[in-house]
This record gives sequence, C-alpha cells and structure tokens, in this order.
Amino acid sequence: MIIELGHYALVLALATAFVQAALPILGARRNDRALMELASSAAVACFLLVAFAFAVLTFAYVTSDFSVRNVWENSHSLKPLIYKISGVWGNHEGSMLLWLLILVFFSALVATFGRNLPETLKANVLAVQAWIAFAFTLFILLTSNPFARLIPAPGEGKDLNPILQDVGLAIHPPLLYLGYVGFSVCFSFAIAALIEGRIDAAWARWVRPWTLAAWTFLTAGISMGSYWAYYELGWGGWWFWDPVENASFMPWLAGTALLHSALVMEKREALKIWTVLLAIMTFSLSLLGTFLVRSGVLTSVHAFATDPTRGIFILAILVFFIGGAFSLFAFRASRLKAGGIFAPISREGALVFNNLILTTATATVLTGTLYPLVLEALTGDKISVGPPFFNMTFGLLMLPLLFAVPFGPLLAWKRGDLIGVAQRLFAAVAVGLVVGSGYYYAMNGGPILALFGIALGVYLIAGSLTDLALRSGLGKVAGNVAWRRFSGLPRSAFGTALAHIGLGITLIGIVAVTAFETETVVEMKPGMTVDAGGYTLRFDGMRNGSGPNYSEESGHFTISSGGVVVTDIWSSKRLYQARRMPTTEAGIRTFGLSQLYVSLGDQISEGGIVVRIWWKPMILCIWGGTLFMMAGGFVSLSDRRLRVGAPTRAKRPKTIAVGAAE
Amino acid sequence: MTRKQKRLAIIGGGVGFLTLAVLLVMFAFSQAIAYFYVPSDLAKADVPPGTRIRLGGLVEAGSVKRGDGKTVTFTVTDTLGQVPVTYTGILPDLFREGQGVVTEGTFVAGSSVFVADSVLAKHDETYMPKDVADRLKAQGVELSGKETVR
Repeated sequence: MIIELGHYALVLALATAFVQAALPILGARRNDRALMELASSAAVACFLLVAFAFAVLTFAYVTSDFSVRNVWENSHSLKPLIYKISGVWGNHEGSMLLWLLILVFFSALVATFGRNLPETLKANVLAVQAWIAFAFTLFILLTSNPFARLIPAPGEGKDLNPILQDVGLAIHPPLLYLGYVGFSVCFSFAIAALIEGRIDAAWARWVRPWTLAAWTFLTAGISMGSYWAYYELGWGGWWFWDPVENASFMPWLAGTALLHSALVMEKREALKIWTVLLAIMTFSLSLLGTFLVRSGVLTSVHAFATDPTRGIFILAILVFFIGGAFSLFAFRASRLKAGGIFAPISREGALVFNNLILTTATATVLTGTLYPLVLEALTGDKISVGPPFFNMTFGLLMLPLLFAVPFGPLLAWKRGDLIGVAQRLFAAVAVGLVVGSGYYYAMNGGPILALFGIALGVYLIAGSLTDLALRSGLGKVAGNVAWRRFSGLPRSAFGTALAHIGLGITLIGIVAVTAFETETVVEMKPGMTVDAGGYTLRFDGMRNGSGPNYSEESGHFTISSGGVVVTDIWSSKRLYQARRMPTTEAGIRTFGLSQLYVSLGDQISEGGIVVRIWWKPMILCIWGGTLFMMAGGFVSLSDRRLRVGAPTRAKRPKTIAVGAAE
Repeated sequence: MTRKQKRLAIIGGGVGFLTLAVLLVMFAFSQAIAYFYVPSDLAKADVPPGTRIRLGGLVEAGSVKRGDGKTVTFTVTDTLGQVPVTYTGILPDLFREGQGVVTEGTFVAGSSVFVADSVLAKHDETYMPKDVADRLKAQGVELSGKETVR
C-alpha cells in the first residue's frame, strides 16, 4: 500500500511540475502576481511530493520489501543497513529518483530563499526548473518506475553489486548529483534572462552563489568518486579518463569557467552574453553526462545498470533542452546589451584567458569522449581514446592556465600592470623552483618534467599566499596592522586563495604519483619480502574469514623500515554469496602523504600468491587539494556580498537581524 | 590602445589559442588512439608490430595458463579466429574462461603472440563489453542470456 502511495506521489509531482511549468510564465507575461506566486508554492509542493516518494522507496529498501522489483534486484536482507539505504541510488531507477529529488530540492530552495528576486525573474526561473523536473518525472514514470511490483514476491533479493557496497559509494552519487543538478539553477536563470530579454550585474550576483554551491559539491563528488575507484577497484589508479569520469569532469570545467566569468559580469558588467552561454553549456554538459552514464552508449568501466532503450528517452530530453536553449539564445542574445570593453592586461583580461583555456580544454575532453561514437557511426571503425590522448591535449592546454592562475587576483581591474605583478610573483617562482629541485634530488632524480611540475604546484600555492600577503600589506606596515587588514579581507579573497592553493596541492600529488610511483608484481610465498618506497613488506600467510554477506581470503603483510617493524596490512579478496561475485579489497597504509597499496591476485601453488604492490608518493595531495578547493567554495559562499539576497536587506524584526548578523 | 585594437587583441588571442588546440587534438588523434579488433579481423587487417590496438573477444575455455607466477597466457577467440595473449600482472576479478574480455597492447615483431599491458573487465558480473558483443553478434555467435549486454 505504502509503495503505491509513493508511486502516486510521483504522479502528483508530475502534475504539480506541469502547473509550475506553465502558469508562472503566463503570469510573468501578463504581470499577474497571483499566477507568478503560484510558482513558489508549486515548487515546494513538488519537492515534498518527490521527497515522499523517495522516502517510500528508502523504506522499501530498509524493510527489504522484495515485492518491489527494484528492491529485489538490488538488495539483500543480510546487507548492512547503510548499504540498504545507499542501495536506493545504487541502481538506475533509484539514482534517477535521487536526481529528480535534488532538482526539485534546488527549485524549492530558490522558491524559499529567493524572496527578493524580481517577481518576474523568479517566476520564470522556477518555471524553467519545472520544465526539467517535468521531463525527468515523466522519464521515471514511463521508463524507469522504481515502484514496479513483483508478484509473487521472492523470499530473498539478488543483492547490490558488491563493488557498490562501500561507504564511498554511499555518499558519492548524492554529492555528484548536488553538483550536476545544482547547475540547473544557473541554466534556469540564464533561460529566464533570455525570456525576459534583460540582464544586469544583479543577475550575476544571484547566479554566483548557486554556481559556487554546485561547483563545490561537484568537486566533492568527483574527488570522492576518484578516491573510491582508487581503493575499491584494486587497480591503484585514481583517474582513468573513462567516459563516465569525463562526463562529470566536463561540467566541472565549464562550471569553473562560469564561476570566473560571472565574477567579471558582477563587477564590470562585461561578458554578459558569454556568461549566459556558459551557464547553458554547463548544464547541457551535465545533461549530456547523465545521458552518457545512463544510456550506456559508451564502453565504460564505471557504468552500472545501463539500458540502451531508455537512452533514447534521455536523448530526446537532451535534444529538447540543449537545442531549445541554444535556439532561444540565438534568437534573444542580441537583445541583451553587450557590456563594456576592457584592456587585455587586466583582471578581466586574466579571467577571459581563464575562460578561453577552460572552455577549450572542455572541448578537447568532449571531442575525445564522443569521437569514438561519431567515428563508429560514420565509418564503423571501433577505436578507444585513452589517457595518452587526454594527457597530450588537455594536459598541455592547461599548462599556461596553471601558470597564469596567481596572476589573476594580483592584476587590477580595468588596467593591470603585468610587469609589476610578475615582479611580485618572483618570490613565488623562486620558492617553487627551490622546492621542486629539493624534492627532485630527494627522489634521486627521475623525469626532469617532474621537477617543473612540482615547482608549478608550489608556485601556485606560494603565489596565492603572495596575494593575501600583499593585500594585508605584510612587510610594509606594522605586524598588528597587517594582521588587522588580513582578518578584515573579504571572505571571497580567502575563498579564491584556498581554491587556488588546493589546485596547487592536487597538481603536486598528480605529478609526484605519475613520476615517482613504483609498481611491483611478484609471486610471494609466506616469509618472502619485497621492498617498496623504502619499506620492506613480509608476506606472513593467508587467512579465511567471512562477513555478513561475503566470505574472504586475506593476506597478512608485515611492514618494516630499517629492520624495525612499523605496521602491517591486510589485503583481501572477497566473494559475495548472492551474486557469486569476487572483489578485491586492497590493503592500504598511509605514511604521511604517501601510501603503500597492496592487492592480491590468484593463488598459484602451495601458499604462493601473486601480489601487486604500489608505492604511491604524495598521493593524498590529489584529494587533499580538492578539500582545499571545497573549503574555498564554502568560505566564498559565506561571504556576505554573496549571501543569497544580499543586494537588498529584507525588512526583519530587529532582534532576528542581530541574531542573524553574527 | 583603441577599443577596436583591444577587441582585436582579445579575439586574435582566442582564435590563435583555439587553432593551437585543434592542431593538438588532430595530432593526438593520429598518435594516441587504439583501434579495436576481434581475432578474425586480424587475418584481414595488417596490424604492424608495435601499433597499440585493443583486442576483444571471449576467453577460450581451457586456454588460461599461468607461467612463472605472474605471467598469464590465454587465447582470445571470436569462434572464427584465435589469438594467443600474454599478460604480466594481476587479472581483473571478473576475468573468467568463456567470458568477454578486452585487452590492450601490441604485437611484437616476428611473433603472433599479442602482448597485453592491460586487461579490462567491468564491475558487473553480467558484463560483456559492448564492442565485443556487437562483433560477436554480427558473426552469428549465440550469446546466452547472461552474457548479453544489459
């Protein structure tokens, strides 16, 4: 019964989305306040309905209701509770429902917190959000109903793909979707601006927080997914340039560009049309990503539960929204007044440079991802475009941008002094080269490019700190004055610095791992030792064990350094009973920022086993850097200039205003 | 600089950078992509030694042999042709005889053995690489329900 209620709520949500999609736009045209205000209540209602449907599905999973086909296919009564819950989005139907839930959640946020948006803009934004919600609700109801019943109900479920039974995967999709779908708000703002034919700096101020929030979550989602693939797949890789990874990376790149161009628009009223275009492109890439992941048109190592027939439906949604948005853009963009012009050497110029490189890099990733599809359709040849392609194109194109990053914040608006900035960054360059060379010699040589890679990363960090130091007048004024100025800097300045520092840290991790990691594949018998990264691993033997829904064989390794036992590692192979599916649980030990990574292969002879051991120097920097980027995002979000509704203070009782101020 | 010159400088820089990117992509496509073959294609196609390709098909039943510990040899088949493959390293968890597989690597000059440096299998036990399934279907190989693409 409760299951049918969930299904029914979803049908009601479809109807609500339809109302929200149609009437407010009409209201905005006729200047009818009643119709426009309908949008907010409809958005909240739609959110509550979808949330109810989602809660019902979660309930079915938690109570292991195998009369629901979706639960039977993806759950098992012995599964730990957390994986029963994460199983809700570990499959196609449930993950689409999560996608929809987050979409309507954002609509409800706009409805609730967008109190001081102009009435017509708000009505139009919510209507566009509702078009998307309508399309995806229809998709779920027609092709991927998670509430379909199975009669008679089986006694036991088929279990979730064991590789998905992991904490990382419990939180990765929600974070990723918060990012992907968060860009829908930017898209809706862009379409609303095109519908109204009017756009100004205030528009950028409203859009920036949404972009920032979506970007921060997407960063978290990608980073989480990368770390999950690293420790769960047992291959020791953290990025494969796989189509599914690219699908999430492209909106991230475009979103990063959007974040920077919206800045120019807010401050200088320039790049208006470009920002609108970028907002449309970013969400289009999110939709494309959803399509690529959900349709299974591309051979990927990460795609789960894909179904080509559903792909056509998503493709139709994709064509409608992307095609519609670009047509609208073509017809209406000329009505948006172009902004001011500025000198090429200026902060605006630097941000344009950033946008140019980021969008070009996005385009190369898009080309590499879709080229196999296009080639196969045209010639029938099947090819694979792998990491070498992306390293050669994307990697090279990003280099000038990485070098330019610290210049941006140091250049003045309107007219900058490139030579002056270069002089101020001289120290940062020097620090980078010194640390780079130091690390290079500590590692006893290696590829010379690694020296410059590390130097570039350190320079990014030092350059961002230089900006903060110069702004607070460090060295020019007394220490306490500098401190006061430092703590008085706008939060967005710290946000920028943190994000750029994070980029530097991630770069250092990538370079160090790529250049200096070691991989050893050996057949080991108990008592044998292997050296990796300055540590000695001794294989002690195997042990059999079992968990709630799997059995496992674990190998035990003792790690010593200079003859002294430091720690030990268990590395296992598991066999999940319900699906008879084996997985590798790599054994990982962290030493500072570096890791030893041990995964087991096949047992060969009496007690002998193939073991793969990696030494991953500085690998934690890769994800550590993204933590800094996220922190940058949140700090920037808390800047009062960016707080939602900042342009005008709403009238509030004084007591609350005081309470809210600090 | 005048307005016009400023605009020209920005547009010129942009076009220059885009041209560079296009050239880079074209160069990378000529260097860094791997064509996909199934064993029976290789009789027709002339793949020079040292060219990176992807070889896909089914792991022939009974063909998997472990050499000195970490080196594995097996035969990839599409029922019309067979190619012996060697691989040093740890095979994916889902590597099984009779199941679909995609390997990537090169032929060494003077030998018909394919030296793979990566062997791919997916996270899903019912997985058959799409490329493999398409080709096998085209050649009339019956796929059992478990092996078809989901």
